[in-house]
Amino acid sequence: MSDSDYVLQLQHIRKTYPGVVALNDVSLEVKKGEIHALVGENGAGKSTLIKTCSGAVVPDSGKIIINDKEFDSMTPQLSMKNGIAVIYQEFNLVGGLSVAENVFLGRSIRKGIVIDKKAMIRETEKIFKTLNISIDPNMLVRNLSVGYQQMVEIAKAIQQDAKILIMDEPSAPLTKAEVSTMFEIIDKLKESGVSIIYISHRLDEIFRLSDRVTVLRDGTYIKTLATQDTDVDELISLMVGRELTEKFPVRENCIRDDVVLEVRNLSGNGDKNISFSIRKGEILGLGGLVGAGRTELAQMIFGAAQKTDGTIFLNGKEISPKSPRDAIDLGIALVPEDRKSQGVLLGLSIKKNINMPIYKRISKFSVINRKNENDVAEEYMKDIRIKAPSSQQLVKNLSGGNQQKVILGKWLAANSELIIFDEPTRGIDVGAKYEIYKLMNELVENGKTILLISSEMEELMGMSDRIIVLSEGKMTGEIEKENFNQENIMSYASTVKEE
Amino acid sequence: MKNWVHILKEQAIFVVLIVLFIIFACSSPEFLTVTNLLNIARQVSILGIASVGMTYVILIGGIDLSTGSIITFVNIITAYLMVKSGINMWLAILISLIVSTGIGFINGFLVANFNMPSLIVTFATQIVFEGLAYIISKGMPIFGFPNAFTQIGQGYLGPIPTPIIIMIVIFAIGGFILNKTYFGRYFYALGGNETASELSGIRVKRVKYLIFSLSGFFAGVAGIVMLARTNSGQPTAGKGYEFKVITDVVLGGVSVAGGSGKLSNVVAGVMIMGILENGMVLLNISSYVQMVVEGIILVLAVGFDCVQKKGLLKA
Repeated sequence: MSDSDYVLQLQHIRKTYPGVVALNDVSLEVKKGEIHALVGENGAGKSTLIKTCSGAVVPDSGKIIINDKEFDSMTPQLSMKNGIAVIYQEFNLVGGLSVAENVFLGRSIRKGIVIDKKAMIRETEKIFKTLNISIDPNMLVRNLSVGYQQMVEIAKAIQQDAKILIMDEPSAPLTKAEVSTMFEIIDKLKESGVSIIYISHRLDEIFRLSDRVTVLRDGTYIKTLATQDTDVDELISLMVGRELTEKFPVRENCIRDDVVLEVRNLSGNGDKNISFSIRKGEILGLGGLVGAGRTELAQMIFGAAQKTDGTIFLNGKEISPKSPRDAIDLGIALVPEDRKSQGVLLGLSIKKNINMPIYKRISKFSVINRKNENDVAEEYMKDIRIKAPSSQQLVKNLSGGNQQKVILGKWLAANSELIIFDEPTRGIDVGAKYEIYKLMNELVENGKTILLISSEMEELMGMSDRIIVLSEGKMTGEIEKENFNQENIMSYASTVKEE
Repeated sequence: MKNWVHILKEQAIFVVLIVLFIIFACSSPEFLTVTNLLNIARQVSILGIASVGMTYVILIGGIDLSTGSIITFVNIITAYLMVKSGINMWLAILISLIVSTGIGFINGFLVANFNMPSLIVTFATQIVFEGLAYIISKGMPIFGFPNAFTQIGQGYLGPIPTPIIIMIVIFAIGGFILNKTYFGRYFYALGGNETASELSGIRVKRVKYLIFSLSGFFAGVAGIVMLARTNSGQPTAGKGYEFKVITDVVLGGVSVAGGSGKLSNVVAGVMIMGILENGMVLLNISSYVQMVVEGIILVLAVGFDCVQKKGLLKA
């Protein structure tokens, strides 16, 4: 056995979804007792890769070799049986059960048909002792802090005799103190011979913990490095290092002098003390990692979530929208992140979707003016080039790009002045993307103002006049157009700002 | 071809109605008489009136179990106000309708503000107002109404019984609200996707207040028609009516998942149940068997809807 120092080998894994190649010939080898970091941008394929190990995703081709046993794909049971345990960002714990019961969930110690609580508590205590954790096994899981809940997850993995522990962004929900406790536990696990695949956006953690690091980008394998032979700059450039391939339609500078939106020391909804302003005709990019608080910021401006502190000014006047309705009436619009579940009403026609925000306005004594309704729909269908046989077409039968246009049509009908785009081209094919970019340009050329949230670096840099970056709910940087580059944005996005 | 299948699917309910009509017309000589047909329409009028509000509630993915109880409560308070308090009948009707609308509003308020499932909220109000009806009436029927009042339930407009006229008017109003007004559009939007509705500028809470209030209002109208027909306020008057109304609405193709349904089809649903009940009586089928049949129809109607939904998801 030549490869026997590897406990887990993924060979040439390929996974496609309709229209997307999630993983393209990705290989990964994990040695016994090593901490192997997995890094890459959002959408690089990290989650899909670990899901092939856990059995949640069946690869199209490739091999999974665990301790010299070869598999084409895993199932959750098979994965567990072969010593793989995954700790996801969302824990798999039952809040209403005790710590011990959770540790033994699904494999409780029994005497006949009766659960042997005492034995489970004893065993749980034993595991906690080896990890140097002090949690009362009788406590209900829901009463534990997030950090302790994670320890219960780890204990559960040990109880299942896991030899390979996969941790997906384990430090994200934890406080600083909890993170250092977690590191100690990970070190202990490593000593006892457990291999760990560690996924994190926080590069400092990678350098603190890992022995080797593998970089993925756009679903392809880039490189595996010994952590001690690399540095932050090299990792970042490997993660983002690609040329701008997509073309963006050119736009004249449309920025005028008047400030449309100004946000001063805004806090709430997970964000803290954010200040910026946007001028009329400007596209302001909002960069950061998933969970950095960008959508949350948009929700506050749009009235879908309430601020706790700070002020918002629209055209110099202080506003505090209490609901999306208030914001819409003020001229603010949101093209939400999740098109299908938040943006369009799938079961209704294009016409009804476009008219939805203005139905009250086009009604007399509550009765809708049908002619008005039709005219509005026809006008915007033509204006923004929605491709459909008629305005009666149900939105669920449209392509993603056209659905996005329907949402835009709705906001143009509502006469919105400031339009917030949250990941406007997610899940939209390349041609339609270009079309959306063109429409955005037309909008600012016509004096509208745009706040663009995007996790796609090229899009952010290609479309924005200026970029601000958030990290963990705080604003960590502002970048002028001449200084746009991916390394800049990434380093602001992974900055942790102290209080 | 596809279009043709589509139309047939859309109109399936009317096909069922016609088939059922023909079956009973052939098997019972009394069925196809003007008197009997008017009788059927009069019998279903109370359910028909209440079904309009229930249609709205189910359209947004909710349920209103308080309908029967509101019918009962309106029975008792209208009777009490007229007989025991000696109030003018029109004023009594007005007060009762305000009260029934208010009960609906309470349902809507609780559902919208505390995110409570409408099933539980309306179940609770059902029990509360059934209890109150007993308390007010002391468990005894109240009777002795002015003649003008009983005309609402027993009178005729030309050859047509008044309850049928009222039902037709209520269906017309109900259809108007649903298809011509802007809040009618909101009902469909809300049933389809609440988050997207809110983010499109619909004040979701207010729409819920409105819908449950309307459901209470229409149940109140149904209660008054029933009181006038039976000529006696009974503390058990509306018991179980919510289930009959729900059956009618669901049979009429209003999706229990919310977001789709037509009032015209609900009218057909109401008629089908009325014809079925009448036909079974004419054929001397026992009322226990009728219950079994009605239950089976409810399951079939919901099952049809759910299976269709699942099919759509796959496609």
